[in-house]
Amino acid sequence: MTTVEVKHLNKSYTGKMAVKDLSFSVSPGELLGLIGPNGAGKSSTIKIILDFMKPDSGEVRVFGSEMSEASKNRIGYLPEEKGLYKRLSAIEQILYLASLKGMDARSAKTKADELLRRTGMWESRKKKIKEMSKGMGQMIQFIVTILHDPEVIILDEPFSGLDPVNTELLKTLVGQLRDEGKTIILSTHQMNQVEALCDRVLMIHKGMEVLHGSLAEIKGKYTRHSVLVRIDGEIGEVPGVTDSKPNRESLELILEPDTEPQSILDHLRKQGRTIKQFEVTTPSLNDIFLDIAGADHE
Amino acid sequence: MNKTYLIFKHEFSHTVKRAGFLVLTLIVPLLALMGIGLAKLVDTWSKPKDPTILHIGFVDHVGVFTEGTQVGSIVLIPFGSKEKANEALMRREVGEYIIIPADYITSGTIQRYTLEKELTTPFATQAILKGFLMGTLLEDKVSPEIVTLLNSPLGLEVTRVSEKGDEALKQMNAANVIIPALFALLLSLALMFGASSLISSLGEEKESHLIAVLFSSVSIRQLLMGKVLAQGLAGLLQVLVWLISTPLLLHLASSTFEGFLSNIQIPANFLLLGIIYFILGYLLFAVLSIGVGAISSSSREASQLSLFYILFSFVPLWFSSLIFNFPNGSIWVALTIFPVTAPIQAMIRLGFTDIPLWQLLTSIGVLLISIILGLIIAIRIFRIYMLMHGKRPTLKEIRLNLKNT
Repeated sequence: MTTVEVKHLNKSYTGKMAVKDLSFSVSPGELLGLIGPNGAGKSSTIKIILDFMKPDSGEVRVFGSEMSEASKNRIGYLPEEKGLYKRLSAIEQILYLASLKGMDARSAKTKADELLRRTGMWESRKKKIKEMSKGMGQMIQFIVTILHDPEVIILDEPFSGLDPVNTELLKTLVGQLRDEGKTIILSTHQMNQVEALCDRVLMIHKGMEVLHGSLAEIKGKYTRHSVLVRIDGEIGEVPGVTDSKPNRESLELILEPDTEPQSILDHLRKQGRTIKQFEVTTPSLNDIFLDIAGADHE
Repeated sequence: MNKTYLIFKHEFSHTVKRAGFLVLTLIVPLLALMGIGLAKLVDTWSKPKDPTILHIGFVDHVGVFTEGTQVGSIVLIPFGSKEKANEALMRREVGEYIIIPADYITSGTIQRYTLEKELTTPFATQAILKGFLMGTLLEDKVSPEIVTLLNSPLGLEVTRVSEKGDEALKQMNAANVIIPALFALLLSLALMFGASSLISSLGEEKESHLIAVLFSSVSIRQLLMGKVLAQGLAGLLQVLVWLISTPLLLHLASSTFEGFLSNIQIPANFLLLGIIYFILGYLLFAVLSIGVGAISSSSREASQLSLFYILFSFVPLWFSSLIFNFPNGSIWVALTIFPVTAPIQAMIRLGFTDIPLWQLLTSIGVLLISIILGLIIAIRIFRIYMLMHGKRPTLKEIRLNLKNT
């Protein structure tokens, strides 16, 4: 059963299309990566899912029905721009925002203490947000998002402002939530995080779906017929290679359609060259993103 | 727990703890107290500590004022000539002297000589001199009661008669005007604070992007209702503090202003209308503030925009002296019905006149309709613009967006 289902969504602002015929679904225990350049329609899609605004046409179903007040208590949302009261202490706002999600004060306090300790924020619980760094504020925002044990979690740029240690911690926590069976939608520009965490990726560009599937499927689809080679000295002429271009310290050899990578490796071995690197090229998600988004990339 | 109540509780407790709220709530009675204290101080300083006997010399050319006399703290001493009286003045044996000319009976004029630099003769001196002159002239001719009556100012008891011939209407007096005027001033302060407090609360949540987190937990209706009720109650609490402190202040003031304010009675219908206009006025300002808060890019910009309707609501206060002269003029009737000015205008007019029932009903009706229509539009604007950041939309864009949603 899918927890979030989006069907043929359309939304325009004063005549300009922001989302065009977008459809996708996410199931429990699944982490969907929502990617796309600036203005692609990611935020509009999230706002429509959360019922912040109405679509021009199309349908959004969360927990099998339209968004209701009751279902809001089962959703956790971490916005791109952090939304916390600057003059309240971390613990005050965690408890207040948890109460708005239907949590009683005692359970909220117990859970808040646990999460504050797990995230290393316990010592800062009485600090006001305006006294905290961006990363610390981000951690508090994450605690607010998951404190009420939501079944659907929507994270918009959760790694923004975090140092490498906290990024790893957050990745671990997000991974654990997925393993617990939560439905997670992760909107981010950080392709390495999408590759590390997501089961499926949905890329939208100019409001439309341009890429949708598992990471393996997408990478398979965008694999270039080439190999990366690093050897001592000049490589010379290699049969079955149409072109070559430098790729950092290596050389990328573009193969003829009927040339197998193994034949290139055999050729180099026969020549008695010392091979330091030989691998079949797999494009990173970032490369695919740049290929599709082109000059509009973020 | 009900989410509207949770928002209400959070908003109310944070509003009443704000320094701005506490200062404004306490500063009004404190300023009044300081004003009364200052008046008392000035009064004490201006009065001589021990009443000194003032000696006034007189030179009579009529021939009937021969005997000296003492009236209260003033002793009147006869002199044979102006020179002698002048010498006594120079020796400070008298503080001043008067010449009663031979034609005083026909001219009614006397001359007064004093060492003091004065704009006019003190009223007390004038009254005593007149009493001395009249009393001496009419002695043995009329009864002492008639002499007293002649020396007293005219006492007037005025009763206003209605067009039906009833004599029940109380005539306006300065003291009865003070309470409605004061209430109008306090009402305008409370409305201004309520509106700016709501704007600042919405502005903070919009600027800090907190509104998106709140929207993911509560509905727009719950959010706005919680906020509006909390800010309204905070405003009402403020007015109550001011009203509760009023009797104490009036009591203190009445001893300072010699009973001028001690007889003030607040009519029941005035209190009832005051509460109705406060609630309706606050709700109208709240609706306007929601719309302005939603379209503004910052709380500062929202506060600037809100000045348009806040200042406009003050128009009746600016023209209160004109309203005093013609309380039932067409322009003042129009301002009683126009929703933004209605609460303060009605309060001021109630002090000066009896507002016809049809005007009050129309005014309250128009306010109610404005609040309902305004709320429908404000919620739509709020839904569209609270999550948008950056440049403030133009009126044309707002109209287009309202049409498209």
